[in-house]
Amino acid sequence: MSVAEKYIGAKTPSKPETIYMLRLADNTLILGQRLSEMCGHAPEMELDIALTNISLDLIGQAKLLFEHILTLEDLAPNADVLAMTRPLEQYTNCLFVAQPNVDFAHIMLKQYLFSTMQKLQYEALLESRDETLAAIAEKSLKEIAYHIRFAKTWLLRLGDGTEESRTRMADALDCLWRFTGEMFVRDAGLADAVNAGLSTDFTQHYDGWTLEVESVFTEAGGLTPPETARMIMGGHQGQHDDNLGHILADMQFMQRSYPGLKW
Amino acid sequence: MYSTDLRTDKEKKSADQQILDDAELWDTFQARIDNGDTIEAKDAMPEKYRQTLTRQISQHAHSEIIGQLPEGNWVTRAPTLKRKLILLAKIQDEAGHGLYLYSAAETLGRSRDDMVADLLSGKAKYSTIFNYPTPTWADIGTIGWLVDGAAIVNQIPLCRCSYGPYARAMVRVCKEESFHQRQGYEIVTTLARGSAEQKAMAQDSLNRFWWPSLMMFGPSDSASTHSSQNMKWNIKRHSNDELRQRFIDATIPQAEFLGLTIPDPDLKWNEERGSYDHGDIDWDEFWAVIKDGGICGKDRIQARRAAAKDGVWVRAAAEAYAAKQSAKEQVA
Repeated sequence: MSVAEKYIGAKTPSKPETIYMLRLADNTLILGQRLSEMCGHAPEMELDIALTNISLDLIGQAKLLFEHILTLEDLAPNADVLAMTRPLEQYTNCLFVAQPNVDFAHIMLKQYLFSTMQKLQYEALLESRDETLAAIAEKSLKEIAYHIRFAKTWLLRLGDGTEESRTRMADALDCLWRFTGEMFVRDAGLADAVNAGLSTDFTQHYDGWTLEVESVFTEAGGLTPPETARMIMGGHQGQHDDNLGHILADMQFMQRSYPGLKW
Repeated sequence: MYSTDLRTDKEKKSADQQILDDAELWDTFQARIDNGDTIEAKDAMPEKYRQTLTRQISQHAHSEIIGQLPEGNWVTRAPTLKRKLILLAKIQDEAGHGLYLYSAAETLGRSRDDMVADLLSGKAKYSTIFNYPTPTWADIGTIGWLVDGAAIVNQIPLCRCSYGPYARAMVRVCKEESFHQRQGYEIVTTLARGSAEQKAMAQDSLNRFWWPSLMMFGPSDSASTHSSQNMKWNIKRHSNDELRQRFIDATIPQAEFLGLTIPDPDLKWNEERGSYDHGDIDWDEFWAVIKDGGICGKDRIQARRAAAKDGVWVRAAAEAYAAKQSAKEQVA
């Protein structure tokens, strides 16, 4: 077996715990990766530092989760191989986190909607049977509180700022809203994790979340989510849209080009 | 780093002609400097001193901000999660240095917006080192090792320079640069001890960055006309060549330890001087990069212009929102 065959592609998780945690890890990894694209390019220097900070938090959370997954199931020799070598269909992040940055309105709206969901998702882990996971959630929730505060402030400023900023925020909402349903879907992956005592069912808060974010939209210059006949889903099952392949082309570049080396 | 005077002779002369301070101020000011006093923002100072420092500090700030870009080139492709996190944190530090330095420069009377406008228009200079590309991952290691290493050698004396806000900024910046230098050397160490391919990658990067790193200290003393006044004012404590030599002497053993070869066939230990002799630096290349931006200069400025353009509507929105909020408060 060549080094390349040995290292490219971690094994697929088979336990309810690792399947669910991989989803959580992929979510923060891909969103963190997306945000890191802005490093050096954000619209203000102070915002550059803030976005990098959030990206650091998210990738840090992913790292903790990947490392913990490997203590439960032998999927890869280390967290980097697990994070960076799987084929596209084995990534189980929701489609929402892979959406492009587009502009600062998209970035802030995406962050706000994700972080408010992530807060509920991670609070549901605090009583987990898995104490390490509960500890990771507790640590992450402190970071998430800051992400929400930061993103919400900008959502209000942009929604209730100028005509241009409001138009941009309305466009962002129009683009992103249809992907939000997947974040709250109670699929087999979540149901198995609930049955395994890993998490409580945070999707029960979906209606409350919707009311909360809609009230913020109202405050943000009277934005309203678009009429959405159906939510677009598939990421949790490894069915991705056009975005993820490009993200992976960058993220996996070194691990794929030089498999099996230490960096 | 990046404090070298990069103006052409013509630019320097034209700036000098505009400054006519009275002799008395120069004398009392010089007496304070000779006495070891720290000059603070509200103190009287010759206009020439103010201008020199404004140029130097803002150029330093620009270099930090532009310096985000060559390393940012590898953020999305960093080979491991740990490396990605460290690189993000390092670039974040650099953006922080930029802000800190703009604030220090603002104490001299120019606004950050004005200084940034000069950067974007191409009027202001920044260190030529950031106009070199970073095609391989090894360049991220080399930049930390050599570029941040050179920055530290240059900046440590600035921690004791006569202008208080700049000196204090340098103390903090140096602490972080020291961490950056170590992480860079650690990346290069990992490569040098890795596969043949990785070692070749490290050597190739050293080959490309060695000479540009030496140029970071600025023209050699024989060609640097402005050094003496800056030394009198205690803005500069050591000559360009002195600092360059210090850097070379510190770096060669580090390269040898890793089994890497410095790309200078004339490099040899001079027993008498207790220092290394080195080959001639290609100053034509240095001045050419200052004039035309080298390989990446245009891209760097374009990237910053694009960011600034994206900021216009964001800032307008923040201002409009703040105005609305304060109007609401007044009504209430």
